[in-house]
Amino acid sequence: MLEIVNLEKWFGGIKAVDNVNLRVNENEIHAIIGPNGAGKTTLISQVAGELKADSGQIRFRNEDITSLRPAQRARKGLARSFQITSVMLPMTLLENVSIAVQNRKGHSFRFWKSALDDNELIDEAIQALRMVGLDDRAHRIANEVSHGEHRQLEIAMAIAMEPELLLLDEPTAGMGPEESTDLIKILQRVKGQKTILLIEHDMDAVFSLADQISVLVYGRIIATGTKEEIRANPEVQQAYLGEG
Amino acid sequence: MKNYLPRSTSGIFYTGVVLVFALIPVFVSLSGQIFYLDIFSRIMVLGIAAMSLNLLIGYGGMISLGHAAFLGIGAYCVGIPVYYEIYNGWVHLVLAIVVCGIFALVTGAISLRTKGVYFIMITLAFAQMVYFTFVSLEEYGGDDGLVIELRSEFGTWLDLEDNMVLYYTIFGVLLVSLFVVNRLVQARFGRVILGSKYNERRMQSLGFDTYRYRLVCYVISGILCGIAGLFLGNFTSFISPEMMDWTRSGELIFMVILGGTGVLFGPIIGAGVFILLEVWLPQIITFINKLELGVELPHELWHLILGAILIAVVLFGRGGIHGLLTRRKRG
Repeated sequence: MLEIVNLEKWFGGIKAVDNVNLRVNENEIHAIIGPNGAGKTTLISQVAGELKADSGQIRFRNEDITSLRPAQRARKGLARSFQITSVMLPMTLLENVSIAVQNRKGHSFRFWKSALDDNELIDEAIQALRMVGLDDRAHRIANEVSHGEHRQLEIAMAIAMEPELLLLDEPTAGMGPEESTDLIKILQRVKGQKTILLIEHDMDAVFSLADQISVLVYGRIIATGTKEEIRANPEVQQAYLGEG
Repeated sequence: MKNYLPRSTSGIFYTGVVLVFALIPVFVSLSGQIFYLDIFSRIMVLGIAAMSLNLLIGYGGMISLGHAAFLGIGAYCVGIPVYYEIYNGWVHLVLAIVVCGIFALVTGAISLRTKGVYFIMITLAFAQMVYFTFVSLEEYGGDDGLVIELRSEFGTWLDLEDNMVLYYTIFGVLLVSLFVVNRLVQARFGRVILGSKYNERRMQSLGFDTYRYRLVCYVISGILCGIAGLFLGNFTSFISPEMMDWTRSGELIFMVILGGTGVLFGPIIGAGVFILLEVWLPQIITFINKLELGVELPHELWHLILGAILIAVVLFGRGGIHGLLTRRKRG
């Protein structure tokens, strides 16, 4: 599904992403773990298209997407959520999600029919909100809900795009343990049906969700494998797991 | 004032505003204050122009400081054909739409590559280019402008030479504009424009090519402002480059902010308050001077007072006049 070949990114003299090779297979959850500053978000931003690749290639469904802009990639079926919540704050949760639905209903150069009572959008938006358990708060303003709810909204928006590949950048960031557990449950519900590239700090989340795990340290992938393989890998233990 | 105003307070207020506009000619013919027909025609025309700017500023987050250019171009789309004795109003209208549309498309395509302060400066620059172009066109009066001898002719059933007919025609255009803008901002297109104002990066990651949507919004706004310009030309009967000077663009922005950005009726209210203050403040100063209180107020003082009022509204009435009306709702 997604193939990253020799990807690199430089920030000044620092190599943030160093010759990364990665494969994400259909309907599997591939988690990327690594210490802070390992380049995880940089990598996901490159996959989403917000950061250009300095060299290397990103292939999605056997198509080279390295030079496509974020919006083009999104239309090809890549959806991302943000580590730092990034939604339309003055809008309601429902409006946020229905904009995400709107995108896959063709272009939005529709000037007349109201989008606010358009069942084609609303029904599916409500469905996505229900999936993350926000449907009872659909008409709350995004600015006025809690951090945990923002995180859920992020996921709902990404799911509402019905993407081929979901890029989740630390979905549990800043969440309490309970909220975290709830979110893991949500993701377990889509496990096996969606292809997900997941960046996550929370080891419980990673080991309960991921089919494949890659370990990123200083921009390099030092190991890829199943959770058992990763647990057993001495290099990983030394570089990462052992410290925690 | 009560702590909780009913949700529709602003709705009732705005219905009242529309009724006032509808009844002004009755008031004028009863009181003989013909002057006010002129004032309210101007309020409506500049209200439409401010409404088009509100599409950019209020809904799209694109602060243009060159919107008066469209007003001027629209007016010259009447003035120049009339100069050549082409009086057909439909020709003027098509010309205004096409010229403003193309101008918006070209300048928008360039301006929208930039953001924030750069966008403000580049729209200003384009508007000043148009301004100086018309100043240098000696054939069409240059600095001195053009007199429009006869107003646009839309057919015998619509005689714009009659001020009353012109008033109600502008009123009709105002209602249509309100209706169209209202549909536009609620439609999918409007959702994308609004979403891009709040979080452009997120909109892009949702798959929207925000640049293209913004460009179309810019063109629509330019055309609507051009149509306002066409009526401005018709009703002032005299046009000059001065009407697209950057200070005019600034006034349009002020009308939008004064009334409330991103609010359908905001620009109309803003235009109304702005223009009525412009009319009434000098009268008040004259009145005070007549009382002979011992101090002679300089006549130009009204500019200072107007400025102070505008600053006060921006400082204390966030969300403009609409904000003041609805403030208490959320308590």
